[in-house]
Amino acid sequence: MAELQIVVCVKVVPKPEEIRVDPETHLLERTNARSEINPPDMNAMEMALSMKDRYGGRISLLSMGPPFFEPNLRVALAMGADHIYLLSDPAFAGADTLATTYTLVQGIRKIGDVDVILCGEESSDGATGQVPPGLAEWLNIPQLTLLTDVSIDQTLRTARGRREIKGGYEILEVPLPCVISVKTACNEPRFMDYRLRSWALEKDRLTVWDAGDLDAEPGHIGLTGSPTIVTGLAEAPYRERRREFLQGSPGEVVQELAGILRKEVEV
Amino acid sequence: MVSSLYGIDQERKSIWVYLEVEADGLAGVSLELIAKGRQICNQLGWQLAGLLLGHKLGELAAEGFAYGLDEVWLGDDPLLEYFTIEAYSKAAFEALMAAKPSVFLLGATPNGRDLAGRLAVRLRTGLNADCTDLYMNPRDERLVCEVSGFGGGVLALIEMAQHRPQMATVRPGVFSPGELDRKNVGKIIPISLDLTEDVIKTRTVERSIGEGVDLTRVPVLVAGGRGVDGDFNMLGQLAQLLGGEIGATRPPVDEGHIERERQIGQTGVVSSPKVAICCGISGAFHFVVGIEKADIVIAINSDPEAPIFDYADYCIVGDVHQIVPALIEALSAEREVSIG
Ligand SMILES: Cc1cc2nc3c(=O)[nH]c(=O)nc-3n(C[C@H](O)[C@H](O)[C@H](O)COP(=O)(O)OP(=O)(O)OC[C@H]3O[C@@H](n4cnc5c(N)ncnc54)[C@H](O)[C@@H]3O)c2cc1C
Ligand SMILES: Nc1ncnc2c1ncn2[C@@H]1O[C@H](COP(=O)(O)O)[C@@H](O)[C@H]1O
Repeated sequence: MAELQIVVCVKVVPKPEEIRVDPETHLLERTNARSEINPPDMNAMEMALSMKDRYGGRISLLSMGPPFFEPNLRVALAMGADHIYLLSDPAFAGADTLATTYTLVQGIRKIGDVDVILCGEESSDGATGQVPPGLAEWLNIPQLTLLTDVSIDQTLRTARGRREIKGGYEILEVPLPCVISVKTACNEPRFMDYRLRSWALEKDRLTVWDAGDLDAEPGHIGLTGSPTIVTGLAEAPYRERRREFLQGSPGEVVQELAGILRKEVEV
Repeated sequence: MVSSLYGIDQERKSIWVYLEVEADGLAGVSLELIAKGRQICNQLGWQLAGLLLGHKLGELAAEGFAYGLDEVWLGDDPLLEYFTIEAYSKAAFEALMAAKPSVFLLGATPNGRDLAGRLAVRLRTGLNADCTDLYMNPRDERLVCEVSGFGGGVLALIEMAQHRPQMATVRPGVFSPGELDRKNVGKIIPISLDLTEDVIKTRTVERSIGEGVDLTRVPVLVAGGRGVDGDFNMLGQLAQLLGGEIGATRPPVDEGHIERERQIGQTGVVSSPKVAICCGISGAFHFVVGIEKADIVIAINSDPEAPIFDYADYCIVGDVHQIVPALIEALSAEREVSIG
């Protein structure tokens, strides 16, 4: 039985609390924001690692983004993965979901013989969960989204997982290869293994592929390959609230609050 | 540049809404999208159509008409009885290619997102996910999708020039549903399908769907954060007295104190209650977006500097474990008086 080939799609995002909005231009100021692995992708990483613990196999991290993603990806590698593929080319910039999924799929094809592609539920700065089904469509393979756990049958070559849906769950099974998106916060991502730190920093652990390496169609990547166009920015409507602090002893405050609720809710 | 399978020169001036089916009828988010679509179509004189997939759907098309659809494209097949991505995306794709609508809207639910992500790639078109508003650019009748930028504060406006359909998803609770008018009728257009068993690669081993709660439109939302220390029984009593439901921030959900479907915020539910009572919640942006639509926000927090007070109408500085039980007592006492 060939060993399980797992790809985890990982994005590096600016820390949300460190992003500023320029009060004049309303543009996002992210130059001073530090980067982190997109938090939901850490749950995908953990699911990949527990798969590897159970079945053995090889984990490749796949990321499309600029070279500054590298340090964060190396930290993720030291959690116990095997190799990093960074898809990086100025021509990839400005990609929307269609161009992003195309580019990632070119990377997956080049890695070759992949059994399971794991993604986070959504990227905190991104298209909110549209990448995983998009990957599955380009590759014409099944998808299991929002899984909280998964098991692989290597003999039958199937993946089975529990998917959270409104009001309950379903247990679904698909043939390999497949794309899986992992429900955010469904597991506790492990820390990086400090013993692997210097290994993870070795040059050979990371492969960078540009558009030429991927044989990417120029019309399919980056801004050119993106049907959607940002035509403007607007300020989010801010809802002004009364901000009235109820004053008095705790007893008085509670009475006043009860009065407000009685009036508003008609209890 | 990649072209979509059909483009602006072949589009039919219509808006399509994917009709998601729940145990008791059309999903709330589908009704909300119908209302938004109706509003845009009325301005432009366009047709509004629903895409309904399933098996033995009975009165659901009529429900769609009553909420304002002009047409329902109906795919009825035993293989569509349960959602599978393969059968549903194939049926939807065939219907879209036959009708070539200008706009296709879906709810940002688990199944809606799965379907949207697949179809956008299959059609080679753009997809704007989790839009906070939709409107038509009057100049060129292009759909403008408003999506919230990272960290809030700014909204990006996104359009598509050539690619069709213009696809967008919207989360439940963002728009309001319209009025029901049983007198409205429309046209049912059957979709010709050639589905076969072998299309479906996903096998459903088990399915368990309970009642489920819908926090998008409860009258009162009592939300608890890390500051309530897992005591959701106490909040439940308060909610019951007020005819409301309990919700939570992400930490209590992650810690297993309460079900995930009750999480409020960016990755949870957007709720529009009359009154939202926030107990022991700091007021992180990720949470606050979930209560922005509440008529009145009440916040109880022991820290007078807590950011939640900036987003509240009535602010109470105090310990939830004292304030809430006292409030329950005060409200129950009033009730006894008014009954007696
Ligand atoms: C990508 C992403 C998505 C997210 N999505 C969501 C989401 O959808 N919803 C969400 O809620 N969060 C979400 N979060 C998390 C969010 O950023 C905050 O961490 C979270 O909302 C904080 O929850 P909290 O207010 O309950 O906890 P804390 O921030 O720990 O605040 C607890 C508060 O309780 C007060 N307190 C403590 N004890 C008492 C007491 N006895 N009486 C009264 N007050 C007391 C404290 O003063 C404090 O203000 C997301 C985060 C990320 C990165
Ligand atoms: N640029 C990227 N590089 C690698 N993986 C990505 C990228 N963008 C999105 N993903 C993956 O797709 C998931 C969903 O992202 P999104 O659809 O953007 O919300 C993320 O959690 C990642 O696993």
